[in-house]
Amino acid sequence: MADKINYKEVFFNPLSKNNPVIVQVLGICSCLAVTAKLEPALVMGLSVIAVLAFSNVIISLIRDTIPTNIRIIVQLVVVAALVIIVNQLLLAYAYDVSKQLSVFIGLIITNCILMGRLEAFAMGNKPWPSFLDGIGNGLGYAWILVVVGFFRELLGSGTLFGYQVVPQSWYDAGYANNGLMILPPMALIVVACVIWVHRARNPELQEKA
Amino acid sequence: MINKQSNVYTIVYITVLVVVVGAALAFTAMSLKEKQQDNARADKMGQILQAVRLTYPADEVIDAFQDFITDQYVVNSAGEKVAGVEAFNVDVAAEAKKPADERLLPVYVCTLPDAGTKYILPLAGMGLWGPIWGYVSFDADGSTIYGAFFDHQGETPGLGAEIAKPAFSDQFRGLSVEKNGQFVPVTVVKKGQKPEGDMDYVDGISGGTITSLGVASMLDGCLTPYKAYLESLSEK
Repeated sequence: MADKINYKEVFFNPLSKNNPVIVQVLGICSCLAVTAKLEPALVMGLSVIAVLAFSNVIISLIRDTIPTNIRIIVQLVVVAALVIIVNQLLLAYAYDVSKQLSVFIGLIITNCILMGRLEAFAMGNKPWPSFLDGIGNGLGYAWILVVVGFFRELLGSGTLFGYQVVPQSWYDAGYANNGLMILPPMALIVVACVIWVHRARNPELQEKA
Repeated sequence: MINKQSNVYTIVYITVLVVVVGAALAFTAMSLKEKQQDNARADKMGQILQAVRLTYPADEVIDAFQDFITDQYVVNSAGEKVAGVEAFNVDVAAEAKKPADERLLPVYVCTLPDAGTKYILPLAGMGLWGPIWGYVSFDADGSTIYGAFFDHQGETPGLGAEIAKPAFSDQFRGLSVEKNGQFVPVTVVKKGQKPEGDMDYVDGISGGTITSLGVASMLDGCLTPYKAYLESLSEK
């Protein structure tokens, strides 16, 4: 009999102490691709939350029937099917959002966080905690994306959600957008800065020298 | 109790799973197909209208299209009308791959109450990751660009994808494809540079060089076949 699960920890741990991006360092590839602007970063975060929660629940429901040697394939089939269905629904009922998401939807299938949570959590837990775990990890991923997107768009383009934030008078006084911020490598440097701050505030996460 | 590690169980399991998932996907696709196609058509109408600086919400776009687009037809590279083909249904991306003199070239005629008659021509080309396309509208003289619209399937957000923003497409307003009596399509160059030869140009996207080059070659490849047609407009 497994230990009694602490629902609160299942939900809140992935937000900080066991964050998929800044502690486990998963999902970095999509974090790099979609954070040049804040809006796609936010939309991507929301879609990952949805797909992660539902695939966790589905895998958890059928976990006792899955043959061990093909479990990864089964997980992949479920995730891929879910992503396609979400995409089809968006195409039919939210065409504009779907156009925005086109490239990100595909990225969700390859997101390491999904496979990681399915394998590590949903395969061994009941649907309800799996659902919480999915939402928690999705949120943990989404808030990092939003933070990175915020700094990259603000410093790289001087805008937020496409609206001009840096006043024209600054540009007149010689301020310039940092073009480096919109290039992919800066996503990793911003993530590294977030990790730095996070580790400094949570000494127990620091590796022993 | 069934042996869940046996080969038979594994094969049956995966077969059932794939059939169930396949059926679910097929059902979703079939039941939503009509709605998706309607959305795609309305979206295309919206894009065409954006080339003449008109933006409408999704639910009004079909009415607006019928109001403003007064005629649509297909021409060939000699500028003659081709009968029996619906302009809206022409696959511009497929036509763009054919030799120029075999292409079907759609034209949308738009009548604006305040700005007169405009001619909208579709474009299709390749960006960095996939297809890009657009619409360019010309004034009645057949050489001055009234407006432009570009879109893409999967260019990088914040970089190549910026071609879909008004900040990029608005640069085309007022440019001309006629220089000293010669037909020269407009082009895209890196910020701060000038094209070789005398032609109108716009600044490309920083960090989106391949996509910008794609737009330039799309403008060249898709506008040049319209040369005869545009010249016939200027003679009117």
